[in-house]
Amino acid sequence: MLSRLSRAGIQALSRARPAGPRSISLSLASVLRAATPFAVLRSAAAWLSLRSGWQTLVTSRSNGVGAISSYMIHAGRNFFCSCTNATDGDNNNKLEAKISVTFVDKDGEEKLVKVPIGMSMLEAAHENDIELEGACEGSLACSTCHVIVTDVNYYNKMEDPVDEENDMLDLAFGLTETSRLGCQVIASPELDGIRLALPAATRNFAVDGYVAKPH
Amino acid sequence: MVSGLRILSRVVGKLRPLLVHGPTRGFSASAPEPLHVCVVGSGPAGFYTAEKMLKGHEGAQVDIIDRLPTPFGLVRSGVAPDHPETKIVVNQFSRVAANDRCSFFGNVTLGRDILLSELRKTYHVVVLAYGAESDRSLGIPGEDLKGIHSAREFVWWYNGHPDMYDLSPDFRNTESAVVLGQGNVALDVARILLRCKTELATTDISDYALDALRGSTIRKVYLVGRRGPVQAACTAKELREILGLKNVRVCIKEADLVTSPADEEEIRNSRIQRRVYELLCKAASTHKDNNYKYQKELHFVFFRRPTRFIASENGSKVGAVQLEKTALKVDEVTGKQVAVGTGEFEELKCGLVLKSIGYKSLPVQGLPFDKTRGVVPNLRGRVLSCESETATVETGLYVVGWLKRGPTGIVATNLHCAEETVVLNWNPEIIGVVTIFISHFDTQVASILEDDKKGVLRPPSDSEKHGRLGLLEILEQKNVRFVPFSGWEKIDSKEKMAGQPRNKPREKITTWDGLLEAANV
Repeated sequence: MLSRLSRAGIQALSRARPAGPRSISLSLASVLRAATPFAVLRSAAAWLSLRSGWQTLVTSRSNGVGAISSYMIHAGRNFFCSCTNATDGDNNNKLEAKISVTFVDKDGEEKLVKVPIGMSMLEAAHENDIELEGACEGSLACSTCHVIVTDVNYYNKMEDPVDEENDMLDLAFGLTETSRLGCQVIASPELDGIRLALPAATRNFAVDGYVAKPH
Repeated sequence: MVSGLRILSRVVGKLRPLLVHGPTRGFSASAPEPLHVCVVGSGPAGFYTAEKMLKGHEGAQVDIIDRLPTPFGLVRSGVAPDHPETKIVVNQFSRVAANDRCSFFGNVTLGRDILLSELRKTYHVVVLAYGAESDRSLGIPGEDLKGIHSAREFVWWYNGHPDMYDLSPDFRNTESAVVLGQGNVALDVARILLRCKTELATTDISDYALDALRGSTIRKVYLVGRRGPVQAACTAKELREILGLKNVRVCIKEADLVTSPADEEEIRNSRIQRRVYELLCKAASTHKDNNYKYQKELHFVFFRRPTRFIASENGSKVGAVQLEKTALKVDEVTGKQVAVGTGEFEELKCGLVLKSIGYKSLPVQGLPFDKTRGVVPNLRGRVLSCESETATVETGLYVVGWLKRGPTGIVATNLHCAEETVVLNWNPEIIGVVTIFISHFDTQVASILEDDKKGVLRPPSDSEKHGRLGLLEILEQKNVRFVPFSGWEKIDSKEKMAGQPRNKPREKITTWDGLLEAANV
């Protein structure tokens, strides 16, 4: 049911037309289950940003909400925007300057945040109370902000890590083929919709499998 | 319409917890009962543990004690002066110390000012994070000759540790120094000996070390390892740095770089080792045909192990190291390549030897200790009564950091180590599988928070624990001048002020009296 909603939601959103009454009743159930107040506001922002012709990958959670809110907004012809995205002035430009990033913590819980272009993922995590360590505060002297890019397509869009970053990645826990340091991943439009997973470090402490790290 | 949507948002917000978590979710908790925790040691292991305890338990009251008046352990006394970025983590640790539920007690020595038994009576949880303040020894003849120091002592000396200010290593009697070991600490000491002194002058290196190094005649440093370049224990960043030092020729024998199939296998399995090996190969070829007259030399000596130290003419100082050539053999038990002697010997002349073969922890009265491995026997941080299979768990006693794992790993390793000791989230399915294999021990896996949930830490039969108040009482009775975090802050600002006119981030206070005076205790 949700995937049908997603498709309906995306079609509705990309055509920038209000969704019909039928999809509203379908999405009401998922709204109450899946929506947070913020999700409602975020979807409104997503709809508005699409309206200006910018591609957004919307998660299946917010699609149902997006459908209902886009209808309500259009019907009321009201520009709804009291969320963190915009303050005053040209709201469309402010919204364009942010991308969607989903952080997945070590327990699998997801959090979708908006990151201004030019901000590092480490900063973005701290601004959104995500538990990403940053011992050296972005000076390429540790590996505690290690994140895993879950989709290899996004990983390939990024510039290769420099030697200094690779040196630090050498020491990171739970290193994967698509690992990066959060302080070196800078938000840019082509990274919109990226999912970053925090490594499940506790899994590394196998009874006999612990590999001593150099110091 | 806008207000309508706002009302909807608020309703959804109120309903959501109910829908997601069910009606059993409570809305407010009464004031939590305090859980008194004492962490012994204020290095990365201690502070990460304190941080996770404070985050993980609302009632946790954490006291961190350290035998030094200054906190931060090896971040202050181990990290090299020319690596200031690695020390940035003290900002995070300072925030932990500033927490209402956390207190720092410097100048309090376990075993002298307070006994382990007293701590266990005063606190629900005692976490030992005091690291490794001793050294492995080679156990070869001549080890007590003058001019032979452990890297730990040397590092403490140039980092201004108050226990080491009178080490007085001699840099004027020789042009060659031998460093035994090829890990990052070995590279640190070699780099400090070879680095241009003007570069060191703007770091937080201790003033007497800078003076001594300025008068140094050492221009050749040998990094000696038992095994080959593939097994070198250093990491890429530090290797890259030392290979790029100004005015230093790097000498690596081409023959040493030849790899065996077992070496190739190791390179394939380890990203770190592959990158280190590649850096060494690159350095070897870069410097091979270079005829430029360098002032200083750095030699990587592979496949050599020290067999004895030879005294110089005067008899009491070291004059040379006798080395035995080694070959690699695969150990049947571990599957790893180990060095075995070949019976061929040679001598390497030197006037200074720094042994960088590993740190070792020290035992404390009342604490089970595994002398062979140099760690406290433990299961995932829970202290065990001994190393044998009949061990029982010591209630309320935990270890973290080097005392738990052995002296390897970087600052960040302690982050995950503390996570295991404090938090440790396991799937119930995995616990089932694991207990089959470790059925000798308690079926529950270690975790302070888990133990607290089970009520293990507060059995009704136990008398009340007084935590911080209890500690203060004991310290007062024994007349201990402890240094609170505010005392460290006074030391910190005085050091920073003293460093300013010399263009250093700080001028360290390097004596016990000096530190206690600056802390105003």
